[in-house]
Amino acid sequence: MTTAFAVRPGSSTGQLTGTGTLLRFALRRDRVMVPVWVAVTGLMVLSMPNSLKSLYGTGAERADLMRQMATNSSLRALIGPVFDDSLGALTAWRAGVYAGVLAAVMSLLVVIRHTRDEEESGRQELIASGTVGRRASLTAALLTAAVANGGLALLVTLGLAGQGAASAAAFGLGIAGVGTVFATMAAVVAQLTESARLARGLTAGVLGAAFVLRAAGDASEDGGSSVLTWLSPLGWLENERSFADERWWVLLLFVAATAVQGAVAYELAGRRDVGMSFLPTRPGPAAGRLSTAGALAWRLQRGSVLGWSIGFFLTGVVYGGLAEGMADFVGDNEGARAMFERMGGQSGLTNAFLASMIGMLGLFAALYVVAAVLRLHGEETSGRAEPVLANAVGRLRWAGGHLAVAFAGSVWIMLLAGLGFVLGHGRSAGPILGACLVQVAGIWVVGGVAVLLYGLSPRAASGAWGLAGAVLLIGWIGPALNAPRAVLDLSPFGHLPKLPGGEMEWGPVLSLTGLAAVLVAGGLAALRRRDQSSG
Amino acid sequence: MTKANLAIEVSGLHKSFGRTHALDGLDLTVETGEVHGFLGPNGAGKSTAIRVLLGLLRADAGAARVLGRDPWADAVEVHRRIAYVPGDVTLWRNLSGGEVIDLYGRLRGGLDAGRRAELIERFELDPTKKGRTYSKGNRQKVALVAAFASDVDLLILDEPTSGLDPLMEEVFQRCVREERDRGRTVLLSSHILSEVEELCDRVSIIRKGVTVESGSLTDLRHLTRTTVTAELAGPPGGLARLPGVHDLDIQGNRVHLQVDTDKLNAVLRSLTDSGVRSLTSTPPTLEELFLRHYQDDVQAAVASGVAVAR
Repeated sequence: MTTAFAVRPGSSTGQLTGTGTLLRFALRRDRVMVPVWVAVTGLMVLSMPNSLKSLYGTGAERADLMRQMATNSSLRALIGPVFDDSLGALTAWRAGVYAGVLAAVMSLLVVIRHTRDEEESGRQELIASGTVGRRASLTAALLTAAVANGGLALLVTLGLAGQGAASAAAFGLGIAGVGTVFATMAAVVAQLTESARLARGLTAGVLGAAFVLRAAGDASEDGGSSVLTWLSPLGWLENERSFADERWWVLLLFVAATAVQGAVAYELAGRRDVGMSFLPTRPGPAAGRLSTAGALAWRLQRGSVLGWSIGFFLTGVVYGGLAEGMADFVGDNEGARAMFERMGGQSGLTNAFLASMIGMLGLFAALYVVAAVLRLHGEETSGRAEPVLANAVGRLRWAGGHLAVAFAGSVWIMLLAGLGFVLGHGRSAGPILGACLVQVAGIWVVGGVAVLLYGLSPRAASGAWGLAGAVLLIGWIGPALNAPRAVLDLSPFGHLPKLPGGEMEWGPVLSLTGLAAVLVAGGLAALRRRDQSSG
Repeated sequence: MTKANLAIEVSGLHKSFGRTHALDGLDLTVETGEVHGFLGPNGAGKSTAIRVLLGLLRADAGAARVLGRDPWADAVEVHRRIAYVPGDVTLWRNLSGGEVIDLYGRLRGGLDAGRRAELIERFELDPTKKGRTYSKGNRQKVALVAAFASDVDLLILDEPTSGLDPLMEEVFQRCVREERDRGRTVLLSSHILSEVEELCDRVSIIRKGVTVESGSLTDLRHLTRTTVTAELAGPPGGLARLPGVHDLDIQGNRVHLQVDTDKLNAVLRSLTDSGVRSLTSTPPTLEELFLRHYQDDVQAAVASGVAVAR
């Protein structure tokens, strides 16, 4: 037994004391978030075999698809190479990279939420003062991520067992492997920065780099054999070749990376003070230039606007570049052509593809507008709004700053996406930019509902996320499932003209914009009349 | 009804949250130029009242005037002349303290740059640190510097010193006195009785959303009991029959009693009739004064002693 005098850093007893309690606590806190992530990611994967079967029903069609992929480097960059023409292998091809990305995002959110977030908020101090070991919190966070990824692996294995049980298990474990690699990566980053937001951003940046490495590797060589692909955990997942004579040993790469990163995180966690980080926080200016509520709103949201801008622009460039190749790729496959035309309209495959991708970005921009509007909610419930409103700032002026960022920002990011499409596609600037701007009417309606809900009651505000999620689901999955018109019409986006290529219809665009204005006005009127909550 | 020399005038204020009655007919009068202590146990409704005065909450019933205006309808105009320090200051994690001080000052309509620099020096605040790295006391200093450096008529301070060390408490008290010397009005909600005793001209005590007492500390002392111990030449007579005498204890020629302070004269007269050899009279401490109002079981005594200053 070690005595009080013999305790050396890193070797003292009870480093993990309390892990079990903390793990149960973490799982309870995540009892909604983790199941939703696992279910959405899992269902995305499990819906693939059926959806692929309807598009490429015969073996000949699937073999055709595989041959085309070998020559289409831009689509390989986006999705990855095809290794076999079985339904299982095509599912692993079509869903693999994206399931890996979703698992990675889930894992990094879970780990940082239970480590750096806790420290930054000061809650960790209280927990650490209990009978809790120095590394117990980190262990509990990693175990929570492990449980989540394990659940995902199980769901995928069971759901795809019909395509080959062992292969399904390999695929599920591969997806979970990407998740655990990014869980331990987040655990390392959480030791380095004092801000949870920065930790999330840095880890997500690494994930983005992993995607780009794999995309570059797959674009340059078919079959995932490029060095660049092997540098990326997402590349490992595809190189595991699930359902195509899988290479089990690739799973060892995930195990090794998880072990190394986990060891580094443990070592760092044992060496630092609670609440401190290895990268110091830079001091700010002693005097400020902010002088209006609007400037404050911009200052608080500019980082997020920048992130969305970069993402939308790059997505535009990538999909714009794919538009022509898409027409060749889909070729004479009736099922695929019909699906794109349901999503994007009836006039030519290139236009239909562009229209469906622009519509997709419109749906994501609805998430942006909800996040930006609900900053008001965050400011109010955190107590930061109260002293601002105790100054000579009217509620409308205070809200106006954030709403300007939300509503003008959604126009801005759609324009940037349009610019990206134009650059990537190389022609028809006017129709593409117009098509992007038309999306704004739908985005604003979702934003208007968020304003109304928040104005009525801060408790109702988060309902706006439910609406954005439903709109995303209807717009994304609806056409693929050939959903009835009545369902598609529930979403404001369902009423927008299919551009470019289709007829411009001013009627629905103007009436949706008017509806958005009414919703915002109603929300602001309600906000003026209600009590400010004290958090 | 509105008097020109009243900074805050509140009568019969009601505010409910669901079934909880946070304010149940609150009265509060703060004269221009005074430091007014606002006291009450936790949950008495102090912060709710302050949030009504700031126009953040709308009262269900009753009248409130702040600087002669309606705090709900004319919120922005009123706020131009008010500085507010909340009890629990939350800052933006990525803004420095200096940026927040300047922002608040500008949103109020002006900050005295010289006074800002002086206050940062006196409070020993590092204005370059980011919001997330400040301790509780330092976050309060950020809000206090912004408030004291602003050019306003009324300061509303909601338990502003709960995180300050004794040295900073001294600095705070000096700042409040300077504000009063400049003719500004201060409404100070506080649990620190020594601070209230040092600073406040008048105090209001509230319980369960109702004002139970209001007046100067001298007035309030007058309403409570003085403890008297005396050694007399002969046995005392007739003390028990005097009004306002409590807990009378006579042992031979020694007398120990409590008397309502406004009835003290008659007791002294009776004592001198018997010949006083020694006498100690102890005025009520502030703690006794407050405890009387803070404790539930003395509600009856409170009800009989209500003296709301008008």
